[in-house]
Amino acid sequence: MKARVSLPPRRLVAHLAAARAPIYPRRPYSTHPPNARLNLPIDYATTPLLAHTPKSSLSNPELPQHVRDSKTTRQNVFQAVNSALRHALTTDDRVLVFGEDVAFGGVFRCSMGLANDFGSERVFNTPLSEQGIVGFAIGAALEGMKPVAEIQFADYVYPAFDQLVNEAAKVRYRAGTTDMHAGGLVVRMPMGGVGHGALYHSQSPESLFTHIPGLRVVVPRSPIQAKGLLLASIACNDPVVFMEPKILYRAAVEQVPNEAYTLPLSKAEILKEGKDVTLISYGTPLYNCSTAISAAEKDFGVSVELIDLRTIYPWDRPTILSSVNKTGRAIVVHESMINSGVGAEVAATIQEGAFLRLEAPVQRVAGWSTHMGLLYEKFNVPDVVRIYDAIRKVVEY
Amino acid sequence: MELCLPEAGLRSVSLWRQLLIELSENCHTDYESSVHFPGAVNSKFTTTLSFDQPADKPAMPTYRILDQDGVVVDADKDRILSSISDEQVLQWYKNMLSVSIMDLIMFEAQRQGRLSFYMVSAGEEGIAVGSAAALHPKDVIFAQYRETGVLAQRGFTLDDFMNQLFANRHDPGLGRNMPVHYGSAALRVHTISSPLATQIPHAAGAAYALRMQALQNPNEDPRVVCCYFGEGAASEGDFHAALNIAATRSCPVVFVCRNNGYAISTPTLEQYRGDGIASRGLGYGIDTVRVDGNDIFAVYEVTQHARRRALEGGGRPVLVEAMSYRVSHHSTSDDSFAYRARVEVEDWKRRDNPITRLRKWMEGRGLWDEEKEKAERSRVRKDVLAAFARAEKEKRPALRNLWDGVYEEVTEESEAQIEEMKRVLEKYESEYDVSEFEGGVEGLKKKV
Repeated sequence: MKARVSLPPRRLVAHLAAARAPIYPRRPYSTHPPNARLNLPIDYATTPLLAHTPKSSLSNPELPQHVRDSKTTRQNVFQAVNSALRHALTTDDRVLVFGEDVAFGGVFRCSMGLANDFGSERVFNTPLSEQGIVGFAIGAALEGMKPVAEIQFADYVYPAFDQLVNEAAKVRYRAGTTDMHAGGLVVRMPMGGVGHGALYHSQSPESLFTHIPGLRVVVPRSPIQAKGLLLASIACNDPVVFMEPKILYRAAVEQVPNEAYTLPLSKAEILKEGKDVTLISYGTPLYNCSTAISAAEKDFGVSVELIDLRTIYPWDRPTILSSVNKTGRAIVVHESMINSGVGAEVAATIQEGAFLRLEAPVQRVAGWSTHMGLLYEKFNVPDVVRIYDAIRKVVEY
Repeated sequence: MELCLPEAGLRSVSLWRQLLIELSENCHTDYESSVHFPGAVNSKFTTTLSFDQPADKPAMPTYRILDQDGVVVDADKDRILSSISDEQVLQWYKNMLSVSIMDLIMFEAQRQGRLSFYMVSAGEEGIAVGSAAALHPKDVIFAQYRETGVLAQRGFTLDDFMNQLFANRHDPGLGRNMPVHYGSAALRVHTISSPLATQIPHAAGAAYALRMQALQNPNEDPRVVCCYFGEGAASEGDFHAALNIAATRSCPVVFVCRNNGYAISTPTLEQYRGDGIASRGLGYGIDTVRVDGNDIFAVYEVTQHARRRALEGGGRPVLVEAMSYRVSHHSTSDDSFAYRARVEVEDWKRRDNPITRLRKWMEGRGLWDEEKEKAERSRVRKDVLAAFARAEKEKRPALRNLWDGVYEEVTEESEAQIEEMKRVLEKYESEYDVSEFEGGVEGLKKKV
């Protein structure tokens, strides 16, 4: 039995608060201390990580010229995912979109309108079975289709773990010169904390997949990235685990180019140049990183470089190493547990590839080695304070 | 009233809802007995409390044409047999015989340490050859590992088998897989993998792909997927997932379960308590038949019908449970006399076997005799040994194949590791023997 968080988080909270109001004192889930300076809610309307104007959106040098000459639409992440799926379905007959509750639009609205427009043969519900969904998708890919399968929450991908690890990842390798492979496969899944998702609607299991050669693991941070990286994942001839930070589905809004475009896989993006510290992250924590950097630069007079990994595996080692070889200090930030997380791999690689340049130990700011208990999320995920403190640590070392 | 269930996948959700509404509107006259629950629309109410008991249901019958002496049981069946030519029968027989002789030789070769592992298919050659013979050459196959006869019937040559078993440079798997994990693009057989039952949902998805391709391109001949697995594998969650999704998505797939009585040491009594695997098919809404796996004619006819049925109405799955007995050990790593009596196996060998059963029928018909048998056996033996010798002396694939093929392109990380391995091999030259690999250390170089 699994619980479904199908209501958008904010509505759910408001609904619960209203229901309780007459009887219990109001006890809202998300507040911050009155004197807090660092741990304020992320202001998505002003964050420099999102393109708030068509001009900033289209100035992205990674976009091809004809896209940069086109128009934009304000979209959030679920709308950007939807437009990527729509484009893929329109331009390639081989694309299929399926999973649990996908036909009516999906519990996060990512597949809205697709079944109507592309037919129930190409966009459809499956029985409630994750191993079935991924196994079915691998089979369809093996016969030349491009299935985009959805796992409703990353927390529920484990029944399909065998299919992803032993089958999807290894099928090209074991098939050798027969060249029968599952490269057309993309498995999308909402990931990460959402404020009240507790144990089974908050997980970020990406490092379990970064240990698996043969899989590509991608985490977008914004609507522009979601559209470009998802289209690149669908075009890619390797199986891709595409993890969508679900807290950003509605929260992160920016001007997204109307035209279709892909963004490169296995290529990190330098979001902000700096010369004293390299901060490496991906997905939701990047917004807290950005806030922490602003405060730290003001307070300590340092210059911090912020890098979005985007593809967690195979990851862009040269970009990270060249940055750390320049700055001499590195911090890795991610939401999932610190133990054997992505940070461990990145830190070890930095230690090996930038040893003589390191002026402080590589810091890892990540979820603690525990579970996401309902009440404790804001103490568990890397917040602005912990990132700010890590910057202080490396510059004061 | 009768309600035809809509072909899932062919109809939209709204159409399905409409049907439910119509059903509830049309049922007023029969309101007392018909249920309105969407989960079981054809159910009727009852005031008698009774549990359905498996023991009350008769076990599903096992279809056969020949008895164990190779005699046609029902005279009517002679008509079916007359549609099969003597050449076909002879080819089937030779393929079964060839697989069984290769099995003996390779089992021994493993015992001598000349290859790392082997699995024979003794007792199940009829299921493999008979079912494969009923498929179209372009139908797609997913196998478990004990279906050597399927590959032989499809056109896998002795050299193809040997190249894989010896993992030489002609092995399509490039020496990455254990022996017996065959695959062929030309013959549309997906490469076998060790995890049990994972191929069953693949078969459903592949069948859905074939269905979509036939829909999108009407010039495309309708094709099916045939998927093989043992009764032990059918206990895996993937079996359940696959049959359910194949039914709900109307996939043209023939599932062939080889029920040979054992999963390594586990007898069926410890594998399941229902009426075999066949009884489960009905629960998924899948047309199902049980067949005598030692009767190649019955397996052929059943598969032919199953294939036709799988393509009807745009597609649907069919389940075939083929009964047999695993005469051999599970693999070269298993001594089956640790868990079953030698006499039980000897009994089976003597009593019934797909090869001797067909041989008896052929002899009764004047197609075969002792002399032909002797000549054929010695020819096959000679051919196997010749292919064996050819394959064994070939070089291994190039060392680069350790990394190649993980992704479509070799990654930057892998290129760095290849360089590092090259450094180690050159520095500690005497510690490694790379001479048997194509190109030696140079085999690590990028292909151009």
